[in-house]
Amino acid sequence: MATAEAAHHDEHHGHPTGILRWITTTNHKDIGTLYLCFSLTMFLVGGLMALVIRAELFQPGLQVVDPHFFNQMTTMHALVMIFGAVMPGFVGFANWMIPMMIGAPDMALPRLNNWSFWILPFAFTMLLASLFTAGGGPASGWTLYAPLSIQGGMSVDMTIFAIHMMGVSSILGAINVIVTIFNMRAPGMALMKLPLFVWTWLITAFLLIAVMPVLAGAVTMLLTDRHFDTAFFNPAGGGDPVMFQHIFWFFGHPEVYILILPAFGIISEIIPTFSRKPLFGYTTMVLATAGIAFLSFIVWAHHMFTVGMPLAGELFFMYSTMLIAVPTGVKVFNWVSTMWRGSLTFETPMLFALAVVFLFTIGGFSGLMLAITPADFQYHDTYFVVAHFHYVLFSGSVMAMMGGAYYWLPKWTGHMYDERLGKIHFWTNTIFFNITFFPQHFLGLAGMPRRIPDYALQFTEFNVISSMGAFGLGLSQLIFVYVVIKCVRGGKKASDKVWDQPRGLEWTVPSPAPHHTFDTPPKIA
Amino acid sequence: MSAATEHSSANRRLVVRLVVAVFAMFGFGFALVPLYDVFCDITGLNGKTGVADSSTIEATSVDKDRWITVEFTGNVATGLPWEIRPKVAKMEVQPGALARTTYIAHNTSNRTVVGRAIPSVTPGEAAAHFKKTECFCFSEQYLEPGETREMTVQFVVEPDIAPNLTTITLSYAFFNTEKFVTQKSVDAKNDGAKPGEARPDKKS
Repeated sequence: MATAEAAHHDEHHGHPTGILRWITTTNHKDIGTLYLCFSLTMFLVGGLMALVIRAELFQPGLQVVDPHFFNQMTTMHALVMIFGAVMPGFVGFANWMIPMMIGAPDMALPRLNNWSFWILPFAFTMLLASLFTAGGGPASGWTLYAPLSIQGGMSVDMTIFAIHMMGVSSILGAINVIVTIFNMRAPGMALMKLPLFVWTWLITAFLLIAVMPVLAGAVTMLLTDRHFDTAFFNPAGGGDPVMFQHIFWFFGHPEVYILILPAFGIISEIIPTFSRKPLFGYTTMVLATAGIAFLSFIVWAHHMFTVGMPLAGELFFMYSTMLIAVPTGVKVFNWVSTMWRGSLTFETPMLFALAVVFLFTIGGFSGLMLAITPADFQYHDTYFVVAHFHYVLFSGSVMAMMGGAYYWLPKWTGHMYDERLGKIHFWTNTIFFNITFFPQHFLGLAGMPRRIPDYALQFTEFNVISSMGAFGLGLSQLIFVYVVIKCVRGGKKASDKVWDQPRGLEWTVPSPAPHHTFDTPPKIA
Repeated sequence: MSAATEHSSANRRLVVRLVVAVFAMFGFGFALVPLYDVFCDITGLNGKTGVADSSTIEATSVDKDRWITVEFTGNVATGLPWEIRPKVAKMEVQPGALARTTYIAHNTSNRTVVGRAIPSVTPGEAAAHFKKTECFCFSEQYLEPGETREMTVQFVVEPDIAPNLTTITLSYAFFNTEKFVTQKSVDAKNDGAKPGEARPDKKS
């Protein structure tokens, strides 16, 4: 088994160069970079799919693509963004930052780390290749509900195997994170001294270990239902399609916190730095994160209020869902209190962090609306849901990652990013994001169903606005790509501290962070 | 060096525990299947109806003051070349009294087709109090080419059903079950065994 020693041995061998360096690397910084580049690539691929969807919805009627391809795009957009962009993106941040934040020389299991990354390109090659099989890619929605997914073609099998592979990747990554945080902390780095980003990732890693295997089980059952005459979800053989939804969402709800908790961690690092104050309510932040993680296991059926549950079930899942607003509210109030009477400056990372706090809260409130069972019967499967989860996932997770990228880019590359272009990216991104998704609330409340390529005429205006916003949002990401490339290539030399008063061990190492940091553990005050 | 060894054995212990947790959760995903079925059977959720023995039914008293409307419907899933309809659309029954009706099935194809009816009762609260003593849904039905058959269901609505429930809908979804038919049930059919015993269904 590969252990921490491998990283030390590495120094005695010559470093491979070129492509081999990246294939064989066990260095947490290299692997972090690989994850982040992979995530950015998938973000652009998934974004192109979103633009196909928005192009079709620009006008009523069918113009650009046929409905079957439209369904493939909604399915693939979600799979690529969730499993390809957001999850690997956060693992990239974890790889780069966790060892540096806890004063460790590397991740605990560097060889495993290499494997967990290199599974991903194969998984996504398989997933994306399914688009070119006979009958096209998976078109059942990313939730792969039975019985529709049982009827699909070979692409569904490829999707199932791709999910198995990315599941293995995530689980290996999670194991690595937990072992690193438990066993590799510098002396004196007590658990309650960990930076909040490390805490949120520790809890996320436990969520991953708890639910990714359940997803693997669910898609395995789909696979055997499809090919081996089992009947988990087929009533003809004594199964039940609703059971798929229960098992899927037992994974699916903790999954949405897997997508957001590390974002909370990044925000909790950025806001104190630019407020020049320590994080307000550190202990409550940790407890709130753990509370959200616990609640995530008992709310899954709020995704399926309309399947015909008894009143007691609907009430239980309604109240337990609403309960999540309490720890989430604690977090939002803590961020606001951190800024209270701070000496705020508004560099790009701070702008992103502020936008996340504001826009994520909007998404949280629409989530509360969806949690109200009787109201959910109206909102279910409409664009209101689409607006809701883009407010929490795009302006929550994705924008937190962008903020984090700007925040740590100088540490990673040793160069300051272009502040002017960063701000332009922030404003175009944020304005176009709202133009894209805010009108979708109204469309949903008026009854426009999701995952349908055509719509009634009265929805035209808001769809036109939303589609124009989407193209602007897509284009604005090119600024981001340009800023990142420019920053990697050169720019003003970043100081070790980079920012005025940052907290955390990562700011005590030189910029750019050398290949090996904390070979001897730092002293923790 | 000893510190590093200590480190690696601590890592190994933690990794082993986490891997065990991963496999346990994989198993838990599958364990959710029987848990879900048991939960639905006990509570009558998801329209899962109960089975009763006719001897116990005779012992229960009939509530002569109440009439409940039972509606019958059904549909055929893709892949089953049958037409089905209930003989009567609805009937009035008294709680505790045995009632009986038939569904008419017709095989529109020129081959023998085996199908199975999966019952569901709405509203869900009524499902646990809707007991069938005899039903064509207890076993596979084999229809010869072009055959039309009347299939019987005998049921009782238990007297302790909530007073606010005045209408119950019994719905059957018919599926082609060729690929699920076990050799046992085929043998049973050939031996002329009673269909109810051929393949008792835990969910009927």
